[in-house]
Amino acid sequence: MRILTLVRQVLDAEESVRIRDGEVDLNGSKLIVDTMDEYGVEQALRVRESGVEAEVIALAVGPERNQDALRTVLAMGADRAIHVMTELALDPISLSQVVAQVAQKENVELIFCGGQQADWDSHALGAATAERLQWPQITWTNGLEVHGQTLMGKHDAEDGSETFSVELPTVITTQQGLNEPRYPTVPNIMKAKKKELRVETLEEFHVGPKLKFLSAEVQAKARLHKILDGKDAPAAAAELVRLLRNEARVIA
Amino acid sequence: MILVVVEYANGKVSKSTYEMVGCARQLGREGPVTALVLGSGVAAIASEVALVFDQVLVADHVDLAQYDAEVWAAAVAQIAREGEANTVLVGGSRSGREYSPRVAVKLDAPLLEDAISVVDANGTLTAERYTYLARVTEKVEADAPVVVATIKQGAFTAALPGNQVAEQFDVDLNLPQRRVQITGKATEKSSRIALTEADIVVSGGRGVGSAEGFATLVEGLADQLGAAVGATRAIVDDGWRPYQEQVGQTGKTVQPKAYIAIGISGAVQHLSGMSKSKCIVAINKDADAPIFKIADYGIVGDANRIVPAMIAELQK
Repeated sequence: MRILTLVRQVLDAEESVRIRDGEVDLNGSKLIVDTMDEYGVEQALRVRESGVEAEVIALAVGPERNQDALRTVLAMGADRAIHVMTELALDPISLSQVVAQVAQKENVELIFCGGQQADWDSHALGAATAERLQWPQITWTNGLEVHGQTLMGKHDAEDGSETFSVELPTVITTQQGLNEPRYPTVPNIMKAKKKELRVETLEEFHVGPKLKFLSAEVQAKARLHKILDGKDAPAAAAELVRLLRNEARVIA
Repeated sequence: MILVVVEYANGKVSKSTYEMVGCARQLGREGPVTALVLGSGVAAIASEVALVFDQVLVADHVDLAQYDAEVWAAAVAQIAREGEANTVLVGGSRSGREYSPRVAVKLDAPLLEDAISVVDANGTLTAERYTYLARVTEKVEADAPVVVATIKQGAFTAALPGNQVAEQFDVDLNLPQRRVQITGKATEKSSRIALTEADIVVSGGRGVGSAEGFATLVEGLADQLGAAVGATRAIVDDGWRPYQEQVGQTGKTVQPKAYIAIGISGAVQHLSGMSKSKCIVAINKDADAPIFKIADYGIVGDANRIVPAMIAELQK
């Protein structure tokens, strides 16, 4: 079977966000493969390593720098990569059109996608892709086994954990807890340079954005920073309770 | 019409439903603010929301007893089409954010995700939402005949029920077959108020020392304050607390009047789930913990000594 795994290149969460001319400025910042997507890549590799005949294809859509992210994923073990090159900022609903078209062309049966993107804070890409393909979806997956055409595992729902069973083809969105993604080793980084990385252009997909981006700003709420020394615990506790009651008025 | 998908849990209409009505009313778009109640045995829910909507559409069917993303998306898209909705509002809950992208695709509509504000200017909707792990506020515009939006919990003022009782209509749905089989559920029942609806949240991290420490300190203080209980990813992974209590990127997002963080250092993934709380209180022995950077009040010290002292003070 062919497995498609989505790779998005995002700002490292440890980096601070800089805004320039009303847009997030990524120049000079450390960019990484979205950790949520890494769980998907790792899981695809584990499916292949479990004895299932599988080819793992990584897909990235975005500017040229995304090829760094794809090389990382090839070094983790993906078989080949597709880069749909564009400078256009696509919202998840539009992007799902590209993903679905690639999935169809490549005859993919299983798609992995991060549960929430670290730049958009979006949950939409996996679900929208599934809808375009008329496939079911499992979101927030943290356990997965492949038994022939059946996927079994567990995922987080609104009010707790659920175990599920679903037939292929399916979209799986991934999260922390599913696995521990491997680090690319030096020999594998070398090997990855020789792996296929096919570049296509967005024009071939006839997709345009559905949302217009207007502006971005960092709105840090002003905080009071009234921090007490807790060496004298009863006195500090009494003072904090007093502040919360009489100044902040958040407790009775 | 403006279609609002009613959210409810355990036989009670969720606060998010009233917040969506608040959002719909301030939008002032054309047509009645219409409730869609999906479920099985939902007559009481329908009657309750009839006090706040202009009209109520009810699909009460055994096939809707259990939530399913494909079934819900099909139902909502069908009603939006038949009612020629210009706006579809869905709660920013985990399930709402799971099925709403499918609705948007079915309607060929833009999706405004987890909106904290929505404004209509001559038929174009402008929304604000948080991005970059809730560190950035982004403004986007959707210009289309129908727009789907998920509404962030706690971002809009809840509409209050009035004396007018809206008319109820039963609707027939063409529902797809379920393809995802849910084979088991592990839900921990809590007697406390829901995390996303509470005015006060008391949360704990590794700094509380152990599962027992969490019970004494975090639950002890929460019960004294009538607060909900939250936890960090780390201690949920350690099995100290159930997943339902997890706050952060992969858990729940909360913005209570007061968030009291005990033994939480403040990883960016955790902060993304609580940094919009109105008042943040931190108790941690490490003065350099990032949580103090966004705290209004705090104590640098040993939670094992400070929290019991706070409970004693509150009991006075």
